[in-house]
This record gives sequence, structure tokens and C-alpha cells, in this order.
Amino acid sequence: MADEQGSTAAIELHDVHRAFGPVRAVDGIDLHLELGEIAALLGPNGAGKTTTIDMILGLGRPDQGSVSVLGMSPTAAVSRGLVAAVMQTGGLLKDLTVRETVRLTASLFAKPRPVEEVLERAGIAGIAGRLVGKCSGGEQQRLRFALALLPDPALMALDEPTAGMDVEGRRDFWSAIRRDAERGRTVLFATHYLDEADAYADRIILLRQGRIVADGTAAEVRNLSSGRSVRASLADADEGTLTSLPGVRSVEIRGDRVLIQTMDSDAVAKYLLTATAAHDVEIVAHNLEDAFLALTSDEPAAVVENRAGDRSAA
Amino acid sequence: MNANASTTKPFAARRSPPLGGFNLTFVSIEIRRLLRNRRTVVVTLIVPAVLFLLFKSNRRAVAVGGIEFTAATTLIGIAVYGAMLAATSGGAMVSIERALGWSRQLRLTPLRPAAYVAIKILVAMLLGLTSVGVVYVIGAIDGVQMPLATWVLTGILAWAASLVFASFGLFMGYLLPSENVMQLISPVLGVFSLFGGLFLPVSLLPSIMQDIAPYMPTYGVASIARFPLVGGAFDPTWLLSVVLWTALFAIAAMILFRRDTRRT
Repeated sequence: MADEQGSTAAIELHDVHRAFGPVRAVDGIDLHLELGEIAALLGPNGAGKTTTIDMILGLGRPDQGSVSVLGMSPTAAVSRGLVAAVMQTGGLLKDLTVRETVRLTASLFAKPRPVEEVLERAGIAGIAGRLVGKCSGGEQQRLRFALALLPDPALMALDEPTAGMDVEGRRDFWSAIRRDAERGRTVLFATHYLDEADAYADRIILLRQGRIVADGTAAEVRNLSSGRSVRASLADADEGTLTSLPGVRSVEIRGDRVLIQTMDSDAVAKYLLTATAAHDVEIVAHNLEDAFLALTSDEPAAVVENRAGDRSAA
Repeated sequence: MNANASTTKPFAARRSPPLGGFNLTFVSIEIRRLLRNRRTVVVTLIVPAVLFLLFKSNRRAVAVGGIEFTAATTLIGIAVYGAMLAATSGGAMVSIERALGWSRQLRLTPLRPAAYVAIKILVAMLLGLTSVGVVYVIGAIDGVQMPLATWVLTGILAWAASLVFASFGLFMGYLLPSENVMQLISPVLGVFSLFGGLFLPVSLLPSIMQDIAPYMPTYGVASIARFPLVGGAFDPTWLLSVVLWTALFAIAAMILFRRDTRRT
């Protein structure tokens, strides 16, 4: 897009592929993330979320395609402290205290934020003297968050940061992230919790089998899921006409049964009942969960308009 | 608040730290961490001292092949043993850190892998120096007599040669992804020590062991360390042994290190 020229994107993935043996973990992803966006990579296990984040952090290289972070290579961005990450598990030494872990990590950056400040902001100032091995999962995760705050990164990537946390731990963690993001930091997080993506992201990127199947604001994705399915018995259904009805997203014909995914179930029902010989018409409402499952299931998903598609054409 | 300074400053203007991230805060926290590990302290600082007291008590001065073996030669052998344990366990810490995912965490910082290895070696060598110091203090208290210059020189040689084993520890650390790496390495070190003549003079060993001894990585190190005390002719193969073993372990460690840090 013309208005983006001259400004630096937080993340720019172009036709990125990455395979592990026969498994195509990431199978052609285009993604453009603006500075200041808070985006969720949403998808089931194995959708390619971690692989994508690893490539953004320079921990893995794409087999094909390009990855650019803040206008430079991921490794250059990491070495300048422009990108930081909170990984899912591991990565901490149990025999250091919380404060020592932060001090040690701070010593590796050219101009880190003060140790006490990040302890405070991550909400672990009170347990700074505790050995990491004696901290709960939630406390360790807030320590990882504190480490990620040290370089004052422009982009923070979080890979399923609340996996294994209890409800309260998750809420505390996200309120710390949210407070931080309000200061203008770009945040990209992977999650398989729908409600987490909905509550904390301005933009949701839905991944399935290494591809982006939906990409939009949380509201847009909610709208995607507010559609309904219309089922009916209809011999010799005309797929073309059905597809061209307003609001129809997909049409599936199985023998005498047709299954239509639509945003406007009234129009489809009206058409079926007045212009065709359809009978046994059923209308079923989707919820957010259904949409997520529909978009991320193993069956070929409906083609969804997505921003990534638009951007790659720009 | 200038927390969003990062979004206003040009990104390319941000710098990486000097020396690839090598710094003294890191070194001092690493040392504190080592000392917090009771097992490491016992194995590297206390065991060698105890071994000295055990071995020297059976040891009267024996003259073998014109060289007199005394409590002092045993002391130097044990000092090499302590420096070896310390250097190896320092190098082998990378194994634990890889198993815990700490190495991966460090890859999300500007720390260069080479700086990380340098810090590991430095910390291992400092631990080795402490170990030599403890053994020598125990030896002095126990009544071992050497000229002051010989104390200093043999101590430095015993310690410096432990660099061989820092490379050995790194090699093992990158080879074995295990939190219990030292349990696996200890038997190997035991063989090195016994066959290399750290505890008993090689000339007192059975003839098969005497044949094997010169090929042990400890042999050259111990011989060089004892040279200022024992005197006589300096055998160049000692130096060759140290150089070859160091090169071998360092190259092996480097190959595995490359494999480990390659961005795949």
C-alpha cells in the first residue's frame, strides 16, 4: 500500500516456507505487521505458530521466502535488542535468583532498562531474591517477561506465554503485557486460546496447517464466526447460483444434501424455499468456537478474505 | 516515561554490546552460581585435597629411575587432578545449560556464542586455580617442602595445563545433552588420572599401564607440572602431548559448537 512506503514494518514475512522432513510446518505465509499492533497468531497445535515465531526471532531460517524484522534481519534485530521474546517453557537457570537472572541478562545488552524497573513492571519485585527453581510457573513466566523488557524492544514476541497457568496467573500476566503495550510496543503472541486472542489482540491471524486462513481485527474475525450454516435436501442443486447469493461463503453438495455457510441465512433460506424444490431446511448458528474449528479443521477451509492476501499484492 | 523510546529512535542506530556480550557481571554471577552448587564445590575443591592426604600417607620417598617420588610430586599430580576436574566441570556446564534451554534463551540476547564459550572457559579456569590453591595450602600445612619458586611455578603449570580439560569439558558438554554430564565424565577422568600417573608415579604402575600412560591427556600435563621440582631432561613429547590433546578436544568442541549454534 502506498501509505506504508517509507515507514518500517514491525514484521514482514514474504512467502515463507519451512519444513521438518515431510512435515510442512509453515507452508507459504505472507504477513505484514505494523508498528504498534498487538496481534495474535491463533491456531491449534501444529498449525505453525512456534515455527513462525522462531523464524521471526532468528532461531530458525525459512527454507524459502524472506523474513524481515524492523527492516533488518532477525539476528541483527535481536543483537540490537530490538526484538525480545517470551518463550513457552525452559530457558531459565534454577540455581540463580530472580534478580541475578535479570542482572545477568541485562549485562548482555548495550543499553538495558534498569533491573529494578523491569522487576517492578513484570510484578516480581517482591520475589527478586527467590531462587528461580522455587518459583511457580506463573512467576517464572513473569520473569521471562521481565527479561524480555530489558532491552526495551520495539517488538515483543510471545509463544503461548500462558500455557499451563491458572486463570488468575493468566489474568495477571496479560494485564502486565497490556499495560506495557499501551506504551506503543508492538506485540505478537501465539496462542491456542480463542478467548485470549479475542481479549488481548487488536488483530487475529488464524493459522491452519502452516497457512493463514483468516486475518483481521478481532471484530472481523468475530463476524466471520457470526455466520450460520443452512442445510437442505435439494436434488440437482445449482452450485453457481447458490454461491452467488449474498453473504454465501461456501457451498458443499453431498448427493441430495446441500450445506451452505453464509452470513445471511435468511436470504439463502428464502431462495431455497421460494425458488427451488428444497425441503427439510435447517439453519444452525455458529459460535466463535465453531468458526475457529471450521477454519482450523483438517478439511479444506472456506476461502476467507484476508489482509495478508491484500498486503502481499501491495 | 521513555519506555517507548524504541519506537521513536531509528532502529539501525541501536547498537550491539561490545565484545560480543562478554562482561564481568556475567562472569561474577557465573562464579557465584558455581559456588552455590555444593556438588561442584565438594568435587573440585575438597575431593582433591582429601585424595592428597590419602595418597601421601602411604607414600615414602621412593627413587624410581633416578627420580625421587615424594609427597611433593604427589601433591603436584593431585593439583593437576583438581585443575582437571574444575576445568572439565566448568566446560561441561554447557551441557546442563543446553538441556535446560538456557542456551536458547541466550540466543535471544546479543551474546555471541564465542563470548559465551570464552566466559565458560574463564570461569572454569578460575575454579581450577582455586582448586590448585586449596590443594597447595593443604600440602603446605601438611609439611610438604619445596622452594618458593617451585611452589609457584609448578602451581601455575598445573593450572595452565588445565586448559586442555576446559576444551575436553566443552567437547563433552556439546556432545552429551544431559543434566548429569559430570556423572558420565567422572569415570573417564578417573582413567585419565590413574593411567596418566597423577596419583602414583607411572614407573610404579604395572607395565601394561606404563605402556598406555604416555598416550593419556594427563601425562604430558603432569610431567610438565612436575618438571620444575624433579628436574632432569625435558622430554619434548610432553609438550607435544599437551598440544595435540588440546587441539583434538578444541576442534571436536568447535565442530559440535558450530552444529549447535547454527541457525537451522
